Amino acid sequence: MMRRFPIGSYIALLVAVAAMVLPLVWMLLASFKGQTEIYSLPIQWLPSSFAPTNYSDALDVVPFGAFFINSAITTVVGAGIKIILGLMTAYALVFIEVPFKKVFFAIVIFALLVPQQIVIIPNYTLVASLGWLNTYQGIIVPGLASAFGTFLFRQHFLSLPPSVLEAAALDGAGHLRRLWAFVVPMSTPTIAAVALVSVVTEWNEYLWPLLVVDRPNMMTLPIGLTLLQNTDGITNWGVLMAGTVLVTLPILIVFFVMQRKIVAGLTAGAVTG
Amino acid sequence: MTSTATRPAAGETSGQAEAGPGERPGAVPPVTRNVPDPAERARARKVQSRRMQARNWLLFVLLAGPNIALLIAFTYKPLLQSFYYSTLQWNIGSQRAISVGFRNYTDWLTDSETPQVIGVTVIFTLATVGGGMVIGLGLALLLNKKLKLRGPARTIIVAPYVLSGVAVGLLWLFVFDPNFGIVAAVLGAIGLPSPAWYNDPQWALLMVIIVQLWKNVGYIALIYLAGLQAIQVDVLEAAALDGAGPVRTFRRIILPLLGPTSFFLSVTTLLSSLQSFDIIQAMTKGGPLEGTTTMMYEIYREGFVAGRAGYSSAVATILFLVLLIVTLVQLRFVERKVHYS
Repeated sequence: MMRRFPIGSYIALLVAVAAMVLPLVWMLLASFKGQTEIYSLPIQWLPSSFAPTNYSDALDVVPFGAFFINSAITTVVGAGIKIILGLMTAYALVFIEVPFKKVFFAIVIFALLVPQQIVIIPNYTLVASLGWLNTYQGIIVPGLASAFGTFLFRQHFLSLPPSVLEAAALDGAGHLRRLWAFVVPMSTPTIAAVALVSVVTEWNEYLWPLLVVDRPNMMTLPIGLTLLQNTDGITNWGVLMAGTVLVTLPILIVFFVMQRKIVAGLTAGAVTG
Repeated sequence: MTSTATRPAAGETSGQAEAGPGERPGAVPPVTRNVPDPAERARARKVQSRRMQARNWLLFVLLAGPNIALLIAFTYKPLLQSFYYSTLQWNIGSQRAISVGFRNYTDWLTDSETPQVIGVTVIFTLATVGGGMVIGLGLALLLNKKLKLRGPARTIIVAPYVLSGVAVGLLWLFVFDPNFGIVAAVLGAIGLPSPAWYNDPQWALLMVIIVQLWKNVGYIALIYLAGLQAIQVDVLEAAALDGAGPVRTFRRIILPLLGPTSFFLSVTTLLSSLQSFDIIQAMTKGGPLEGTTTMMYEIYREGFVAGRAGYSSAVATILFLVLLIVTLVQLRFVERKVHYS
């Protein structure tokens, strides 16, 4: 018996995919359009040439190279330290026997409930008093604590086979060796997932760097992008869309290449059983 | 037990007897000469275990200490500080601060702008959480069907979630442009004028809601899809054998089994909606006429644009209490309503 072709489902799927893709395609096309093409009516859908003049203009108007380097540094350092802190904390919470361990776990978990936006004024005051405005440490340090990563790593560590670690302990491996030589290699999928989700979050971080940075050469890409919007009273949409492509393209590439692992990280907190 | 008579054998038996309950037999050598008497060994073990415990503490502090110190320094301490700041009349960056008790709170509650901000926050939150969960569940049901290309479709639908909120906001500002945006072109093709997205508070609010939904709905669909795939096939087959139609199966079986997933999503999307900032900042800056100023945006605007740090801290404290109460209520509700399988 032939199954009926689910035409309605395919139409719905097509509409959903189109709604997600078309704005991004529109952005990409506009980034190659000249001013007159953008303002022409009726709408001119395709650019007359794919000359990258808007990109070179964007690079001329604002220091996009510096934004890119700043974003790369804060993302790599921030995400890297976060993962190391998360691994160390989760190991301590699972494998080291000390009294009041539950209290420390509660301190980590409850922090997930405190949005960083609620504490921006005290943190801004502290960072300013340390003289950290317009510095990498000012952008990175206040967001370093790893509550979500610690939570996911702890969940994963609890599922590891205890026999392996007991054998390692009997062979005389200390805690640090057990962490680096046994636990970390057994956790690479979880580490990759947490790493990718952290990279995405750090790359897109906006409110905090907006507050602590006002010198263009210290700005990250999302902050620098808005600078492009305000350079001259009227928005030059072609140049602005070129900048938007430069901000979104790296993370889109990372997402499409590593999507299985990113999806694993995004869903890890939800599926608790 | 007389020690002299049994000494040669006692070394072995007592050693094994003591190894029995909690310790590894391998830790105690089976035969030793000059075995000390049990009391002395117990004392030695005590010293050793105290040393072990000290070592464990040291390691625990070494490993978990930095992270917990950062949490205290940049989350817990500022949370308390924020409460203290909320009792001050104080401009950010200024040395002078006057203690005013709870006046910032009463000022906020009686401010003519406050009902508007509360209204915008409630509408924005309900629309993005409720709308997001309904559309997300629909997408998840669709992506759970055996359709060709559903894998790539899933990837594309989730993609906007990983993009920068500012970039997304600017991109959609261009899409919504009343003169040369796609929305205006599509509406124009069917003979409708473009709404005044930028100038009318209500249209502007609808605009930021649409963009927030566009960015986050793929994530909600992804989580629901994971929940759907955890439902066992035989449950659905049994329902089909009993003659349950698709609507009945959905309402009586799928929806209740997705209870924990819906709960997780309602908490996380509510928290992220109440915190959303970058889309509003990029698209409307809270305007026009405060039409898109949520409580979160008001915290930023009062603290860093108007410079009223004390007042801003009062709004932050109120928003935190709201988040806390809503989460606790949701937790209580879920304990009674949702049955984990």
